[in-house]
Amino acid sequence: MLVRIGVKKLDDLYSDVPKEFLHKGAYALPDALSEQEVRTYFEALDRLNARMKVFVGAGAYDHYTPAVIPYITQRSEFLTAYTPYQCEISQGTLRYIFEYQSMICELTGMDVSNASLYDGPTAAAEAMKMAVACAKKRTRVLLSRSLLPHILKVVETYAKFHGVELGYIPAPEGQTSLDGLQAGLATGDVAGVIVPEINRYGIVEDHSGFADAVHAAKALLIEYCDPSALAVIKSPSEWGADIAVGDAQSLGLPLCYGGPYIGFMAVKKEYMRKMPGRIVGQTVDQEGRRAFVLTLQAREQHIKREKATSNICSNESLMALWVTIYLSLTGPEGLREVNRLSSDGAHYLYAELLKTGRFEEVFPGKPFLKEFVLKPKEFPGFMQQRLEKAGLFAALDTEEGYVSFCVTEKRTKEEIDQLVHIVKEG
Amino acid sequence: MSKIIEGLKYSESHEWVKVEGSVAVIGVSDFAQKEMGDITYVDLPDVDDEVTAGEEFGALESVKASSDLIAPVSGTVVAVNGDLEDAPEKVNEDAFGSWIIKVEMSDPSELDNLLDAAAYRALIGE
Amino acid sequence: MQYYDKLIFELSKKGRTGYSLPVNKFPPAPELPVELRRETPPDLPEVSEPDVVRHYTNLSQMNFGVDTGFYPLGSCTMKYNPKINEEIAALPGFNGLHPLMHAGLVKGALKVYQELGRALSAITGMEAFTFDPCAGAHGELTGLMIMRQYHLNRGDTARTKVIVPDSAHGTNPASAAVCGLEVVEVKSLADGRIDVEALKPLLDETVAGIMMTNPNTLGLFETRIKEIAKLVHGVGGLLYYDGANMNPLMGMVRPGDMGFDIMHLNLHKTFSTPHGGGGPGAGPVGVAKQLVDCLPDLRVSGFHGNFGILLRAYAYLLMLGRQNLKEVGQYSVLSANYIKESLKDVYKLPIEGVCKHEFVFDGLIDDGGHDGVPGATTLDVAKRLLDYGFHAPTIYFPLLFHQALMIEPTETESKETLDAFIDVMHQIAAEAAEDPSILREAPHRTPIRRPDETAAARNPVLKFKDA
Repeated sequence: MLVRIGVKKLDDLYSDVPKEFLHKGAYALPDALSEQEVRTYFEALDRLNARMKVFVGAGAYDHYTPAVIPYITQRSEFLTAYTPYQCEISQGTLRYIFEYQSMICELTGMDVSNASLYDGPTAAAEAMKMAVACAKKRTRVLLSRSLLPHILKVVETYAKFHGVELGYIPAPEGQTSLDGLQAGLATGDVAGVIVPEINRYGIVEDHSGFADAVHAAKALLIEYCDPSALAVIKSPSEWGADIAVGDAQSLGLPLCYGGPYIGFMAVKKEYMRKMPGRIVGQTVDQEGRRAFVLTLQAREQHIKREKATSNICSNESLMALWVTIYLSLTGPEGLREVNRLSSDGAHYLYAELLKTGRFEEVFPGKPFLKEFVLKPKEFPGFMQQRLEKAGLFAALDTEEGYVSFCVTEKRTKEEIDQLVHIVKEG
Repeated sequence: MSKIIEGLKYSESHEWVKVEGSVAVIGVSDFAQKEMGDITYVDLPDVDDEVTAGEEFGALESVKASSDLIAPVSGTVVAVNGDLEDAPEKVNEDAFGSWIIKVEMSDPSELDNLLDAAAYRALIGE
Repeated sequence: MQYYDKLIFELSKKGRTGYSLPVNKFPPAPELPVELRRETPPDLPEVSEPDVVRHYTNLSQMNFGVDTGFYPLGSCTMKYNPKINEEIAALPGFNGLHPLMHAGLVKGALKVYQELGRALSAITGMEAFTFDPCAGAHGELTGLMIMRQYHLNRGDTARTKVIVPDSAHGTNPASAAVCGLEVVEVKSLADGRIDVEALKPLLDETVAGIMMTNPNTLGLFETRIKEIAKLVHGVGGLLYYDGANMNPLMGMVRPGDMGFDIMHLNLHKTFSTPHGGGGPGAGPVGVAKQLVDCLPDLRVSGFHGNFGILLRAYAYLLMLGRQNLKEVGQYSVLSANYIKESLKDVYKLPIEGVCKHEFVFDGLIDDGGHDGVPGATTLDVAKRLLDYGFHAPTIYFPLLFHQALMIEPTETESKETLDAFIDVMHQIAAEAAEDPSILREAPHRTPIRRPDETAAARNPVLKFKDA
């Protein structure tokens, strides 16, 4: 090979690099390991992690992953492919993305979904930018205070650098306030409003009147939602949203310390050309057979460069396959049952915790599904430590001084009874 | 050889202008549509938007490209050709028959900065 | 590969399911108030588990991955993805960690962050890394935020411009725009290298920094990097390194030593994690010492980045170790130069000389066109390659050449594979000279033939119910 290239040794291939930049000496890296040693090393690291029963949500939900999903997503034809640039040999990827888009549209009731974004919070940030781009000259976006903290933080980061001014809508009684929304809109210059369907307290919010107020101000309504819950609660489209975003991690993705997850975005048709990210469309090939391609690409960075709607390129394609298989397995009824079992368990835990006398209700009577907050009557640290010792990750402290619990279909009655017992013992 | 119509004004960015009183009817030249190939979308401004000579007011899109539309004159958009939203191919079929926007000119003297048919023919080298 | 024409929705039969749940032992929760309830259930497919498995297995068989065959997609570094990485990423202790668990519960995960950070610092010459960005473009954006934050922290508010070469990947200017920076293009010379003379007049106190890849998008080393760094630093700007082209520098050159202040790495390129048909990736960002203070304030993703990808990358790195790092860089460069020298007799090589991990041809020397018969284009060559069981190179990028064909073989391909590719590329050139229509009508043997992309864009059908 060197002869054909016309050099004498491998180092000659770097003759164009100024000598001072060629690294001298050894790199400060560990010695190379065999595969067997690598496995042993990571198994040891893995054992350093606590194995816990998870009773916390707050944006990452411990739902069950059916065995079919990792089995299929590990198929190397899916796993080791790049972005489907050569559509003739990427119909597998393109078809599942089309199915994914269709399913996200079903859950949200929206017209058009993209092929995925990084995670829920970045999807919210993209929606913020999109609202500003649609509004042309208006540059303010309102955020509900009831959005989970990690969503607020990411949107704030993007806003700071993108030059978007943020306003906040209060949520005094555990729910985004319509009066607060109207007051925010009245200050003018609002391009979009982001509100959660299920908020940081686990409460299912009532957004009656939101769309009318937002649209009267010519702004866009952006609903942040948990797609798992959309099987049973009002869809963003039923609330009159223009953009729906959220994290589809709740559709069977492992917790995996926060990623990879998958942000989703779906919009009304009139806004599809301002939507960030890849989109797959259906067409025919030259023999008339149904075929799928990346489409509406003139929105994207490789064509529009600094005028693109977003800089996103790689997204979370394999996780879109994960979600698509999950929803295929559950169907509408399975997803409804996931909600029922989680919600029944959560309400049972809620009632039993109140019976211990160690908590007060924060938002009595407010509707919730799998997640809720309570106010501890005493300093919660000691209780959390005891729960941890028993292998239960629960009672997450919130900024407001509450503790947060979440119950998915994976938590058994025995586990819940154990938790309550530990709390009762004090 | 691209079609060029006498009596119209042309910009160096390949828009044509037909003057109707104080209103400029604006489209893209036959040469421009050929360069773009199959046009898949025309991004239109809204009525009442202000446009400024030399600045973009919309875009033509094909499968693999996007090309800004540049306003040849300044003024207020008084009409947009909504037919192009559903049928962008009309620009390919008849570039001069498919106007894109109509602008109430704020400074008709800007027309003097545009090319006539002969100068435009020279520009595109045909 | 075989054509299979079903969508999962078309397999649906009312009442079927592929899912089961434990018996519900809880008392029923109160019903949601009616105004919060969904009116019509989502129309998801109702299918059995075997239906699902067969459907997606059939779909997979219309796909080409690195495990299927040679994938010389320029700038994408499609190297082999070691299988041990997948087993590591699936370990139950890592997979079960909730992102809000405190440090005492996630000791194993934190060690991975610390050790991987140290290793990447050693490889790149950066002081510290953040692992929050989920992809390369996300890393660029984060890096530019750090750049702006650095200037703002110093009260230097006038720096609103970022210089981007005209040959840069589209994400560079797009990331700058998202970050609120004004993009100023600097021209490239005919060899794709930055025109230093054109750069000089652009530099002043309004420049936040410059974004560069080195080697550049033509696979050529920016030989004047020292001078560029001096010029940019001289006006108080910073240098950003786009890690898309890091592979040839592995074990050879450290971006930090060349004067770069901020960089991202694409773990799904250089560090062997599978690309998953378009992600998940990971785009960790490294910074020089004086910028470490700017890291903690920036929250660019929900939790701690794509941890599952970091595990894979670290497993790869441990198997490489310090002994094998250099082979990544050198063999990737060897493979690219070998292909380049073997094919320049039939494909136009615009720039002679040693390339790094990739290079660009400007189409066929003889495209077979004559007497009104059109010749074969780069697109046609790419499509014909699919017939021969190879993935196509990156085409029509960079824009410096009209018929760009960008080839990146990576270090994990054997000489036999490279030779087979070279033979096929010669054969395609011969076919083009003989009868370009064979290429123009390619691919012939793939699950679908060329699709009507114009129709797809004019009349968007973007979900099952649109059809």
